[in-house]
Amino acid sequence: MTTATRTLPRTIHKSGGADWRGVLFHGLLLVSLLFSLLILFTLITDVLMRGLPVLQERGADFLTRPTSSSPARSGVAQGIFGTLMMAVFVSVVAFPIGIMTAIYLEEYAPDNRLTRFINVNIRNLAGVPSVVYGLLGLSIFVLALGPLTGGRSMIAGGLTLAALVLPIVIITSAEAIRAVPRSLREAGYGVGASRWEVTRLLVLPNAAPGILTGTVLSLSRALGETAPLLLAGAVLGGFSIGSRSFVEQLFSDYTVLPVTIFDWSRRPQAEFRELTAAAIIILLVITLLANTIAIVLRNRYERSW
Amino acid sequence: MPSTLTAPTDRDDGSGSLPTAPPTSATRGVALRIERTAAEPLPGGAAGTDPDAEPAVDLRGVSVYYGSFRAVKDISFEVPPNAITSLIGPSGSGKSTLLRAINRMNDLIPGTRFEGEVLYHGENLYADTVDPVEVRRRIGMVFQKANPFPKSIYDNVAFGPRINGFRGKLDEVVEGSLRRAALWDEVKDKLRQSGLALSGGQQQRLCIARAIAVQPEIILMDEPASALDPRSTLQIEELMSELKKNYTIIIVTHNMQQAARASDFTVFLNMGEDRAGYIVEHARTIDIFTNPKNQLTEDYVSGRFG
Amino acid sequence: MQSGASLRRDPSLATALGGTAARHRRERVIGAVLLSAALLTVVVSTLIIVSLFGGAVDFIRQIDLGTLLADGWYPRRGEFGLMTLVAGSLLVTGIALLLAVPVGLLSAIYLSEYASRRVRRIVKPILEVLAGIPSVVLGFFALTFISPVFVQRLNPGTADFNLLAAGLGVGILTIPLIASVSEDSMRAVPAALREASYGLGARRLTTSLRIVVPAATSGIVAAVILGISRAIGETMVVAVAAGGSGGAKFTVDPFRQGQTITAAMASLATGTDNVAGATAAFQSLFFLGLMLFIMTFVLNQLGDIFVRRTRQQY
Ligand SMILES: Nc1ncnc2c1ncn2[C@@H]1O[C@H](COP(=O)(O)OP(=O)(O)O)[C@@H](O)[C@H]1O
Ligand SMILES: [Mg+2]
Repeated sequence: MTTATRTLPRTIHKSGGADWRGVLFHGLLLVSLLFSLLILFTLITDVLMRGLPVLQERGADFLTRPTSSSPARSGVAQGIFGTLMMAVFVSVVAFPIGIMTAIYLEEYAPDNRLTRFINVNIRNLAGVPSVVYGLLGLSIFVLALGPLTGGRSMIAGGLTLAALVLPIVIITSAEAIRAVPRSLREAGYGVGASRWEVTRLLVLPNAAPGILTGTVLSLSRALGETAPLLLAGAVLGGFSIGSRSFVEQLFSDYTVLPVTIFDWSRRPQAEFRELTAAAIIILLVITLLANTIAIVLRNRYERSW
Repeated sequence: MPSTLTAPTDRDDGSGSLPTAPPTSATRGVALRIERTAAEPLPGGAAGTDPDAEPAVDLRGVSVYYGSFRAVKDISFEVPPNAITSLIGPSGSGKSTLLRAINRMNDLIPGTRFEGEVLYHGENLYADTVDPVEVRRRIGMVFQKANPFPKSIYDNVAFGPRINGFRGKLDEVVEGSLRRAALWDEVKDKLRQSGLALSGGQQQRLCIARAIAVQPEIILMDEPASALDPRSTLQIEELMSELKKNYTIIIVTHNMQQAARASDFTVFLNMGEDRAGYIVEHARTIDIFTNPKNQLTEDYVSGRFG
Repeated sequence: MQSGASLRRDPSLATALGGTAARHRRERVIGAVLLSAALLTVVVSTLIIVSLFGGAVDFIRQIDLGTLLADGWYPRRGEFGLMTLVAGSLLVTGIALLLAVPVGLLSAIYLSEYASRRVRRIVKPILEVLAGIPSVVLGFFALTFISPVFVQRLNPGTADFNLLAAGLGVGILTIPLIASVSEDSMRAVPAALREASYGLGARRLTTSLRIVVPAATSGIVAAVILGISRAIGETMVVAVAAGGSGGAKFTVDPFRQGQTITAAMASLATGTDNVAGATAAFQSLFFLGLMLFIMTFVLNQLGDIFVRRTRQQY
């Protein structure tokens, strides 16, 4: 008892000296957190300082010219076109397949070994380094299916990226679907809705914001990928599309913005450094825009059931 | 002793709601508590009196397993039509499990297994040829926690008819269902508002309207009033006694006064040694509360355990 | 209660209870379509494994196994010194972790134990944005900023391309992953444990370091393991910033040029090194891919085990 009363004053009043270790630790934590912010800030500022002059000087010319060996005449037109086409492929191939798989796993799949295997498999796929997907693209979409895809073609690249983001789309969509409360499904089944009716009319509308967030995030990830496309045939350096029609272009040479950036960053001429920064600005605008949209969407629709 | 037991009795025997036996000391606690609501309108009616009437559902030897755990074992009883049958028993005795077995809601929980038969007009609802979706269209359900769809009031009620391919005046079905659920007057001016904006009691009545709109024959209710205030609870009970003219109602409740007040028949479940629920006693509600045959029943309804 | 109900069976009811054929068909078709989508993921992983093994086996068949022990990685010259790449990968990963583990962990402690809701709502998205920066962009940043501003000041005379700058770039990319996995595990520590600590008069520093961090150990271990996996698999930062595009000599000096398993793959696919056909250099691509696949697979499994352990704990 006596010890208790004796120690009591010490615990309720701040001890004499400042708690310098606590303050120091707090400071250290803040510095760590600020480090990331600082890096992000520095990176963006650095790139802007290098790249903005190019954009101001060249303007639309930079956006509409193909890559060339002369810095003054190089532009990102082919990269932008390829990147946008990759977005189309991912949206058309990976999103539907991924969302359907998520629906299957969350709403339809029986709890058996096949289902567990599929689930484990998807988690493993999500952890495969992106460069390995490039090998998949190279050996399957470029070489084995070459007669169909046109070899090192836009289709091969698009399919490679679609395979790459598929597990991410599935995992994020499945999470969104799982977040729909069970009571909502039960209410639907309770009035005699079939599985598909419950899924389509009740589950999907309520999971839609989450699914959308996940898909946009995975899209942004896909558009920033370089390594898999280097393997799956994206062209480094200049190439001419001649007078190919849109459909012919799908089956022939292509490049994407990140590959253009990689290409330019390795060129010896100093002017290409500035061009690289300018191209990075464009890429960041595209991917960060997608990212930000996704994060805002998620925060807006985050619900607590 | 005033007419304490307002538990539904048969009106046609002319004896009103007089208990057929004096309350035992064991039931007195319940009886006294019930007194306070004696002024409320008497539920009941000429329900479930015809011993020859075909049962609305007939459970035979029903056991339900969650994985290897048997939650209820060898349950057999008949549910008389156009009456309210309540399932009572201690928590975990398998009331919800049994209720959900009747319209095959348990099918949706992975790992459940069913043994026995549920006969509906002579058809075994668990036969291979039966589609559980069709079962649930005939045997509707109201849940413990009101769960309106995040849609408008109108769309909540219209959901069932729409997916059933209803062709006709949807407006009329919606209005009729809301009227029967005693909700029409409160919501008729805001049918386009979200069902989630209603109060708890209104939400539960909306769920009842939603169930009615599919025109089921039987309505299952799993503690529909457990989350509601006393006023809304009474509203739901009044509604039930009104609904039983057209529907057969099976209700799970852990509130014994509610069972006594609102139901015609009572099934008392208990947990066995193996934690599986079994039927201790099944009788007219009035008998369960005033003249239980089993000591356990007497102990339970008098609040000595559970 | 035995009512002698005579059961008048109604044959039309039996039919109706069977449901409509149209709906059964529709449900079956939809179920089958969804299942095929799910099975496609199995096809994808099968194809990955088949391609990797096929190419790797062809590679092993073609070469003299002694060349795997060569002193450098020069695939076009037939020198496949694996140790060069493994050392490069380990070095880059080590540098990355030296940066990412402390920064990631401390950020996680701040977010989980110190930050107000408002701060979290602002800071977490920023970390996510950092995680969303394309790696080729970070490679450029490592080459044009980290290398001259940090590495070359630290050790004057270092070339633009060096493994240290590449490792730091990879580390920056790894911070968000380590921060988010370990923050999750710290937030999973029950509030009761913290309250007990505060109840004894402990300060926030003590509670964080003595209670929360030890309780979140499994999650932190998982974060580090997954961070290693992420760093080993990172390609473009190294490909841009570490140099060594034609090949590299064995080195463990962070101020030198070098190659990692991944950068060697990028290099084999590009530029002067662009190889194709059934040459050993081309097939080595698949051999490296297989190595990388196995390493990250094992690490991810390990990480998963620790993540699951956190979940079981509470
Ligand atoms: N989804 C489920 N999975 C496993 N066990 C369950 C599940 N639902 C209920 N149970 C178990 O079955 C028994 C009966 O539960 P329940 O039917 O909910 O009882 P009651 O409604 O009478 O409280 C309990 O022991 C409960 O733990
Ligand atoms: Mg229950």
